[in-house]
Amino acid sequence: MADIKKHGGKAILATFVFAMFLMVLPLPEWLRAFRPEFVTVVLIYWCLALPSRVNIGMAWLAGLFVDVLTGTLMGQHALAMSVVAFVTVKLHKQIRVYPLWQQALSVFTMVALGQLLVVWIKGIVGESPQSWLYWAPSITSAVIWPWVFVLMRNVRRRYKVS
Amino acid sequence: MTADHRMQYLDSVRTFISVLVYPIQYVVSVPTSATNWLGDNLQSRESLLEENESLVSKNRFLAVQMQKYVSLEIENMRLRQLLDASKRLTDRVLTAELLAVDLDPFSHKVLINKGLRHNTYRGQPILDSEGVYGQIVQVLPITSSVMLLTDPGHSLPVQVNRSGLRTIAQGTGSTSKLRLLHIPNNGDIKEGDLIVTSGLGGVFPSGYPVAKVTLFKPVSGQAFATVEAEPLAKLDKSREVLLVWKEQEDTPEVKETRSSATKVTNEKGAN
Repeated sequence: MADIKKHGGKAILATFVFAMFLMVLPLPEWLRAFRPEFVTVVLIYWCLALPSRVNIGMAWLAGLFVDVLTGTLMGQHALAMSVVAFVTVKLHKQIRVYPLWQQALSVFTMVALGQLLVVWIKGIVGESPQSWLYWAPSITSAVIWPWVFVLMRNVRRRYKVS
Repeated sequence: MTADHRMQYLDSVRTFISVLVYPIQYVVSVPTSATNWLGDNLQSRESLLEENESLVSKNRFLAVQMQKYVSLEIENMRLRQLLDASKRLTDRVLTAELLAVDLDPFSHKVLINKGLRHNTYRGQPILDSEGVYGQIVQVLPITSSVMLLTDPGHSLPVQVNRSGLRTIAQGTGSTSKLRLLHIPNNGDIKEGDLIVTSGLGGVFPSGYPVAKVTLFKPVSGQAFATVEAEPLAKLDKSREVLLVWKEQEDTPEVKETRSSATKVTNEKGAN
């Protein structure tokens, strides 16, 4: 039991690194605002699949990396993603049994919650976004959820992450 | 977050993580730089010859202008000496390349490939070949992030080149528009005027071109007119930008402490 307990840590890391690639990949100007919150989505998946391994601590670390990567204030993504991870881990037993489209709705709510925290911090600092497009990533994250879910499930089974 | 925003306590943490994430940023920017490299290397001979010719003629033109400029500068220095005003020295510059990395889509920031290693500093002015580009807001070991002058949080003290009217150019969040603040309805400004840095903020050296006025609309019943300008710098096209080190006359105390620092800079610059 002990040897299969922690397996595939590298796969988890790789998915996070890949998500971070996608976070900074140059996109055409009109598409930039619609970039899904890849790291948050990957985080939500791992929190659903393995809440004992990926939870708030991991979310906080990933958030710090995203902060440095995208040049935002240290800690704003860390806070947002920790809260998202907390909610996901709390509800993982419910969300796991939902059909995919309903999971996508939950993802929408969770990503929007994270964005709400970020926009709140941005507002305090005085750089609040000036367009409703700010919320577009919540929708696109929900839209890509079914594909992410299937892909990540394959990754998890392939590398026997447990 | 407060520790990062109000103080610089977390700079070392950010520096450390930034080194860890640099590979990600580098790999992401590889396709773009590879395409650029291919484009540079696969040009036909004719187009290169053509480009060479146009550059030579442009160079000749600039050299002629330069002659005039040198004599004017000497004259200017002499007059300033007569007036007992502080001397204006030439600025030191270094070219930096943009990394093709997307940052936060709602703030206008870009990443350049020069960092602490090249002695960049927070608040350092960045220009491109056409005009003022922005300023450095974060210095990391290998990279620095630059806030464009069109970021909604960026303001730049400027003046109208023709009339000397001073104002502030504020970013709007659109790369083709700046807002000029606090210009009275009868201000001496008109469409097409060149806006240059005034150097009053202490961050930018004075006299660099910033923008051209595109709209001047007096609003009756309001204290100030609506004035908009278009930045001259190619904010969404430039691949290379210039870092500027201001070299000004300092007060003696400052000079003393700084002379040791500049020695280090010069040695590093020579390498």
